[in-house]
Amino acid sequence: MILAETKAKELEGWNRQAVIEPKGDGELLEVAMGPHHPSTHGVFRMDVALDGERVIRLKPVFGYLHRNHEKIAEGISYLGSMPYTDRLDYICPITNNWAYALAVEKLTGQEVPERAEYLRVILGELTRYQNHASSIGFLIQEMGASGTPLMYAFREREKILDLFEELTGARMMVNYMRFGGCRVDASPGWLDRTRKVVAGLAAFVDEFERLLAGNEILMARTQGVGVLRPDLAVNAGVTGPMLRASGVNYDIRKVDGYGIYNRFKFRVPLGDHGDVYDRFMIRLLEMRESIGILEQALKEIPVGPVMSPTAKLRGFRPKPGEAYGRIEAPKGELGFYLISDGGPNPYRYRVRPPSLINLTVLEDMCLGHDIADVVLIFGSVDIVLGEVDR
Amino acid sequence: MLGEGILKGLTETAKNFFGSYFSAERLTTVEYPEQRIAPFEATRVFPFLVYDAENRDGGGPEWEAGLRCVACQICEKECPPKCIYIEKSKDKKLDYLGKAQYYPARFDIDISVCMSCQICVEVCPFEAIKMDTKFELSTTDRFGGLLLDREQLAKSNEYYHQIHSAEATAVDAKLAIEKTKFDAKAKVAAATAIAKAAAVAGEGA
Repeated sequence: MILAETKAKELEGWNRQAVIEPKGDGELLEVAMGPHHPSTHGVFRMDVALDGERVIRLKPVFGYLHRNHEKIAEGISYLGSMPYTDRLDYICPITNNWAYALAVEKLTGQEVPERAEYLRVILGELTRYQNHASSIGFLIQEMGASGTPLMYAFREREKILDLFEELTGARMMVNYMRFGGCRVDASPGWLDRTRKVVAGLAAFVDEFERLLAGNEILMARTQGVGVLRPDLAVNAGVTGPMLRASGVNYDIRKVDGYGIYNRFKFRVPLGDHGDVYDRFMIRLLEMRESIGILEQALKEIPVGPVMSPTAKLRGFRPKPGEAYGRIEAPKGELGFYLISDGGPNPYRYRVRPPSLINLTVLEDMCLGHDIADVVLIFGSVDIVLGEVDR
Repeated sequence: MLGEGILKGLTETAKNFFGSYFSAERLTTVEYPEQRIAPFEATRVFPFLVYDAENRDGGGPEWEAGLRCVACQICEKECPPKCIYIEKSKDKKLDYLGKAQYYPARFDIDISVCMSCQICVEVCPFEAIKMDTKFELSTTDRFGGLLLDREQLAKSNEYYHQIHSAEATAVDAKLAIEKTKFDAKAKVAAATAIAKAAAVAGEGA
């Protein structure tokens, strides 16, 4: 048997037909990266077939963090699922709360008071900011810069998490939003402290940009690596910064204008090349836009109640029907699909996680690159395994 | 020039490195077991049961007689991870209003299951369960040690005032209003009962 045939035989059982042909005269090497690989942001396995250092097949294997979220939610009340949504994407629990609250509000036709909408935007944009900061930090760490950028990112994240704790009682597992508003009101002191933190954020982005954006090593490692074509991104349902880095103008804050987003002025940054560097830069630019939204929201926030007087905390039964609530979470389109049969629990509860769907194009981005770049490309997708496996 | 970006980045790290010697704002950490940062007012860890100090019903220890919980089991039903177990009492005793109510003969919370979501606090109509801020709870017995019973869960209202002062004051005011309303109602009820009794007596005569 000639070598090409041997290799073709070795590749049987992999998930798709040959895209990149192996060349050279060695054997193929199959490597299982993970599930306990430090770069995998949790427990995630990539089975890769290597020809030398070149990746010619990649098979993602997940489910190690499966916690049965959707089925549990069908067995408990609508309110009971709220704290579980914190644990989906545990880097940004506020946006998860928001998407779920939005879905239930659509299902029950519940109005949300003005002040609660502003608080949601403020907290949501703070979440977006800290998610992008830490995701850039993780990305640079995977490149080998052990710690410094990540610690810089976490320094700002810590200030934001302190604000979250002061308002909601917990740094990460906030359990803050309710159907028809927010759980507690923000004090004037809290708003002042938030204004102070937000005023410092722009300087931090500048610092971060000086530290990283022009760095030759970073550019050499990321430019032209892991290119995602816009047509493939659209076909695969990729959303969020990943999609916009490929140059597709799609931001649910603009498209849907959910909540009160159509009141704020902000731009949607778009990338040109769709490579890892573009994804990094898009996140940096989105952080700047978030600061703009935060400043507007903190200036305009009205006084008033934060819970709608008609809202019920527990024991409500929505009319039979279905609702899909979606928001632009920091990682992409996060949607909750609910079907009610008139009972106190949802009949069907489905999460559309951006992390999982953005991950489906991983193989296409990695093929032909070196194994060291796979870690980098994977990091640039920005996933959280709690959301992928649910 | 090649390497310019790296040098720029290095000046940034150098600035931060030397800045930490001069700016107190940069020293964000404390030496934990000796120095502590006070928790926020809203901080929550695990739930506890509030009891009032005055011993209403006589008999039994203070914490047992003063428990606000009336074993309505709403929290048990609403708890998402189902970590609360309540057994209702057979007999009744007086609650803070002076009304005869059931009380929990057993009230267990498995804090190894509890996820600190605060839903039990929100749904409780009697202000009986609140969130603690104590977080150093390590124990050598991972099953029994983390299954807290009534006695371990009961904390006084003074303790609640210590950890969440603003919230506890608001709760006390709310309970006082309820009590005056209840007392007024009871007075009216008593007066009508006396009037009725007198009327009945009058008819008899």
